[in-house]
Amino acid sequence: MEYMVEVNNVYYSYRKHEQDKEHLALCGVNLKVKKGEFVVVIGHNGSGKSTLSKHINAIYLPKEGDIFVNGMNTRDISKLWEIRQTAGMVFQNPDNQIVATIVEEDVAFGPENMGIDPEEIKRRVDFALRSVKMEEYAKHAPHLLSGGQKQRVAIAGILAMKPKCIILDEPTAMLDPSGRKEVIDTIKKLNKEEGITIILITHFMEEAVDADRVVVMDDGKIVTEGTPREVFSKVELLKDLGLDVPQVTELAYELRKSGLNIRQDIITIDELVEELCRLR
Amino acid sequence: MIKDITIGQYLPGDSVVHRLDPRIKIILSTIYVIDLFLINSFLGYLYVAIFTALVILISKIPFKYIFKSLKPILWILIFTGVLNAFLTPGNVVAKVGPFSVTDKGLYLAAFMVIRIIFLIVGTSVLTLTTSPIALTDGIELLLNPFKKIGVPAHELAMMMTIALRFIPTLIDETDKIIKAQKARGADFESGNIINRAKNLIPILVPLFINSFRRADELALAMEARCYRGGEGRTRMKQFNINKNDYLALTVMLLFVVISILSRR
Repeated sequence: MEYMVEVNNVYYSYRKHEQDKEHLALCGVNLKVKKGEFVVVIGHNGSGKSTLSKHINAIYLPKEGDIFVNGMNTRDISKLWEIRQTAGMVFQNPDNQIVATIVEEDVAFGPENMGIDPEEIKRRVDFALRSVKMEEYAKHAPHLLSGGQKQRVAIAGILAMKPKCIILDEPTAMLDPSGRKEVIDTIKKLNKEEGITIILITHFMEEAVDADRVVVMDDGKIVTEGTPREVFSKVELLKDLGLDVPQVTELAYELRKSGLNIRQDIITIDELVEELCRLR
Repeated sequence: MIKDITIGQYLPGDSVVHRLDPRIKIILSTIYVIDLFLINSFLGYLYVAIFTALVILISKIPFKYIFKSLKPILWILIFTGVLNAFLTPGNVVAKVGPFSVTDKGLYLAAFMVIRIIFLIVGTSVLTLTTSPIALTDGIELLLNPFKKIGVPAHELAMMMTIALRFIPTLIDETDKIIKAQKARGADFESGNIINRAKNLIPILVPLFINSFRRADELALAMEARCYRGGEGRTRMKQFNINKNDYLALTVMLLFVVISILSRR
């Protein structure tokens, strides 16, 4: 099996209130994520990106179409727990996903639910806390940690379940810039060193720059996808969707518009510096 | 001000009492409480006093914490004492208006007050030396055998854990809401008691709504981490009963025998 996650023509709708009419959250989404890939999904609020992420963890089931996680159909009830273990999920608010009163006990929560041997749980907890660089906080109370630290504990809690894929639903939305950096660095490291497939949902464009692939969603559909360079060079399309591009890309775009002869697909500061130096 | 609230009254330490298995400590406290009700002589209570003082000394808890735990029940003590002194029939010793104090009444009042004091002190030693988490684990493990007759041991323990986990979070949130309301001119400090109670509504409503939302998200996050009840669940922390625990149990049983022998 080549794909970690396969989303085939998925439709999903829900009612916010009883009397409302059906709101189509996903209409005809197709997405294939390779093993070990780092995919970033962007889109503004209500674009369906969060709904899509909850489908991959089998929290929601599609109304139409199928989703396969490592070859397992999310409709298959007998595979439910295996799917949730394979594709771990980190949510936006770190406070609302930490269950226990001590960091290491919280990290152990997932493996405990899976019925793993206590000795093995201990090994996994140590490993997971080391991976997110939180080992010195193992005995601390979670409510005394900073936002970034809490979110790293939440990631460790998923890691201890030995997932093949981690889905992160706006994990940095409630964090300050330094906390954001901690979390993103951790995610990148897990992708590179542990080979874990990452699906990161975010609305911070800077976080998408280092991804293997960027998927842009709007109104329940995938509008465009490609490498960060391909996607961010479509500045006008993104602006039409109400999305930002990374600051440097925007600057390069404006410079180009006012007549400077520079490349269109600049996404890092270094690239822009190089281009500008070449101009002289 | 609201941040000063502490959960439980656990005093971290490293004494023999602290290190005892939580299950054993709960059992010991239960035996102690039952024993208090079996004793019916002042000599018995003298033994209890010596025993309790020794346990407190071994646990290295400062005595002031013990007295602190008695403060909230001061009124209950006075009430019990007065009620018993006046309402027990017997030989009249003194008269206060239409009420009379009897010799039997005084005797009974002293008895009751001593009994309640030891009850609180004894259980305080348990909560002062055992962390809330260890207590929860102990209760779950002790209740486990009763699962067959429908005692939801795991669910109870999980509820207690989540409550403990979220108390600080909700306190923080209450603090934030109070500040937000104050910033918009709400007055929580003046007015009579009814007005003040009314002023709490704008704090409680958002707090409740937020807690429901939190509960919803927490449930989702727990399910995403494969939570499906206590069935088939293992635990990382294993508890072992070692020779210290057996020693404590033996000492307690010895004490019970001595105190029962003092019965008249």
